[in-house]
Amino acid sequence: MKIGAIRFEKKQTVSLSRKVLNPVIFILLGFVLSSVFIMANGFQPIPVFGKMITYSLLNTRGLIGSINAALPLMFCGLSVAIAFKMNLNNIGAEGQFAMGAIFGGAFALYGPALPAPLSGIVMFFLCAIGGGLWALIAAALKAYWNVNETIVTLMLNYIALLFLDYLCYGPWMAPKQTTAMTVTIPQDMYLPLIGGTSSGIFLAIIIAVLLYLFLKYTTGGYQISVIKNSLRTAEYAGIPVKKYILIVLALSGALAGVAGFVQVTGIVHRVQAQLPGGSGYTGIVIAYLSQCNPLVILLVSVLLGALQNSSAVVQIMGVPSQIVTMIQGTLMISVIAGEFFNRYRIVYYKADPESKRAEQKNNHSEQKGGAVQ
Amino acid sequence: MEKTALLEMKGITKKFGTVLANDHIDLQLYPGEIHALLGENGSGKSTLMNILLGIYKPNSGEMLYKGEKGQIKTPKHAAALGIGMVHQHFALIPTLTVAENIFLSLDHCSFILDQQKMENKIREYSEQFSLEVDPGAKVWQLSVGEQQRVEIMKLLCRNCEILVLDEPTAVLTPQEAGEMFKTLRKMAEHGKSIIFISHKMNEVMEHADRITVLKNGRVTDRMLASDADIDRMAKAVVGERDIEKITIRSKGKTGELLIDAKDLRVLNDKGLVALHDISFQLKAGEIFAIAGVAGSGQRELAEALAGLRKITSGRILMKGNEITKTNIRGRVSKGISFIPEDRLKMGLIPGMNMKENTVLKEFRGKAYSRGGILLSKAIRALTEKHVSDHDIKHGGLDLPVSLMSGGNQQKLLIAREINGNPELIIAAYPVRGLDIGATAAIHRTLLEQRNRGACVLLISEELDEIFELSDRVAVLCGGKLMGIRNTSETDYEEIGRLMSGESA
Repeated sequence: MKIGAIRFEKKQTVSLSRKVLNPVIFILLGFVLSSVFIMANGFQPIPVFGKMITYSLLNTRGLIGSINAALPLMFCGLSVAIAFKMNLNNIGAEGQFAMGAIFGGAFALYGPALPAPLSGIVMFFLCAIGGGLWALIAAALKAYWNVNETIVTLMLNYIALLFLDYLCYGPWMAPKQTTAMTVTIPQDMYLPLIGGTSSGIFLAIIIAVLLYLFLKYTTGGYQISVIKNSLRTAEYAGIPVKKYILIVLALSGALAGVAGFVQVTGIVHRVQAQLPGGSGYTGIVIAYLSQCNPLVILLVSVLLGALQNSSAVVQIMGVPSQIVTMIQGTLMISVIAGEFFNRYRIVYYKADPESKRAEQKNNHSEQKGGAVQ
Repeated sequence: MEKTALLEMKGITKKFGTVLANDHIDLQLYPGEIHALLGENGSGKSTLMNILLGIYKPNSGEMLYKGEKGQIKTPKHAAALGIGMVHQHFALIPTLTVAENIFLSLDHCSFILDQQKMENKIREYSEQFSLEVDPGAKVWQLSVGEQQRVEIMKLLCRNCEILVLDEPTAVLTPQEAGEMFKTLRKMAEHGKSIIFISHKMNEVMEHADRITVLKNGRVTDRMLASDADIDRMAKAVVGERDIEKITIRSKGKTGELLIDAKDLRVLNDKGLVALHDISFQLKAGEIFAIAGVAGSGQRELAEALAGLRKITSGRILMKGNEITKTNIRGRVSKGISFIPEDRLKMGLIPGMNMKENTVLKEFRGKAYSRGGILLSKAIRALTEKHVSDHDIKHGGLDLPVSLMSGGNQQKLLIAREINGNPELIIAAYPVRGLDIGATAAIHRTLLEQRNRGACVLLISEELDEIFELSDRVAVLCGGKLMGIRNTSETDYEEIGRLMSGESA
């Protein structure tokens, strides 16, 4: 090659600013890519995005709506992230969400009446237990028989969602109703609103901070990190890997179950079919976009919550609301692609003078002598 | 020289990023010669051969093959030119027969496989070069030495004129190595040219015609084997650096029985018996070496002692207490530490930093965590202590250990494993792939540990290392214990015989 060459080189280290900047750049790029699709639909992207942003982030009412929409996403994001911190793919937050809602809902609708704060606390733990137990099925299969947890958690989603459907269309269906939903839960179990925002947001912040500290400063977090980075070294160091698979997946499921808690007690106040509404899958996107950092997950969830929240307003403009799902997908692809540039750098090789001369000689001789054949 | 070179490499330069792996290397290869490439790990031997094989492209330099200029573009191109290589890790399919494996390696293979013709061809070569290979045998049934012969056979069937062998003796017993060199010599007599890569000066001197020594990507010396001597080669291999002689051979206090292993039976990963009911005793204050060709059960033995592998039958007593069923953590707390063979797969966490690697075995202790919270100051202090005690060079305690050199990684691992004065140190190939400086430092550390009164179980495939360090040596062959000798009362030949399975 006469003029040098472009090639990719693996980076040794990634600076913090790069780690932060990179996803931001590629999220913006994702919006640019999305605008191509918006234009293809015959709309101007700038006004569409402008409307979306002003509606969902730049006014109080919209922001409140976005945060409320982000609440279940936060817990699902945390759920996926904690599992991924140990290289476990929990694709089942959706189903664990549903099981959490079922466990909590059973108590709220049919359980013994308890005084106000206590009933909420019991419900919180029941939701967590429901999600946790559901994930524990996959965890046990993984820990004891090395069954792929990705497949199992995914399959368990269908079971959980159909079971939720069955309850809401069947035994739990509210009388004289045509939609698949239960009656509302007792009013004293509603999560209080603070200026319109569900107080679940505080729960999310507390849990995210605790998770962050746990992963960073405790022996538990350290062991999770060792297992993620080198399973064989973890076994060599006597870290109980099986136990951690059980604990971490159960914790992951419990977090998704809590998404059910905030959704039921904070937003819809009842159990209904299709309650998770894809939050579990969006959680995967969020965990990935946030690189599994619990604090970043909160912010990214608000961004995606805002996206969902703004689907209504773009519909008024005549843009199909599916555009939101499309943007979400484009962001994901863009950020994953951008990850590559975090790990590799593009190098442009200019042949240095000395070797250039040698190369020129080479080329010269090749022209004269021809290649070895 | 009146003979014309078959191959000439001139001014070959290869850069990887900023690292100069080959710096203007010249190499001539004549027909019918055995040429040795000598050098430490990382001196550029393999890079040069990969350029010859068309795997890498040089940044500059030229090659003449049979007097014609040009570059070897791809491995396929190299094969077509008659250049082939036996890699350290064989490329054979275990479930197929020898003949079938050879079919696979041919460039132009007829649609219908003529087994008979192939078998005849293999037999013919077998006889011609005394290269014993059974064409009908399945590869998985073959010993490592036999597999290597299949690899050589592959090159012969492809009519290679230049055969490159990468560290061919690493997996062989001394006797097998002798056989292999006889075969190479016969091939050379038939006009084939052979390049073999090695870092063992003795075998190079004995079996090569000419020697080229590489260091840091440069040719530091070239000589006829008849002119070679150890001092000259060592100087070229190591440079002006002093080769440190180990002087602390003085015995520590030996005696007390530490480990009593009785009839150990252990399975390998495939569930086959890897150790056949072996018994041995380890004493405090000795270095007990395990010799044997690769894959004779060494890994399984080390893992069984460390508590990483289940013991199917038999028992292990430590100072009279049964530890057969004690788990890894239990054994660590009883004072058993383990330096595994492949530090980046097991032992270190490449993606985590020095502090996190340092505290791997002790993070549960009161000194390094309280109430489940890691005490980062104490961990940093411990890491700094290791760094200064063992002269570990690093780019920062917060950088992943994968960025450190192999020697410094191994020093950190060993520092961690000897911290807290363990009673038994299992060291599997502790200096494999390390340069001479790091090797000397690690040998010194192991001897210090012995003199302190610890028992070191040293697994090695280098007899030089075993004879230099150990007090007693046990030989494994095919998972059986062939014998235990006092190192001072045995020699290379006896150990070699035992390694090949001949009982003494």
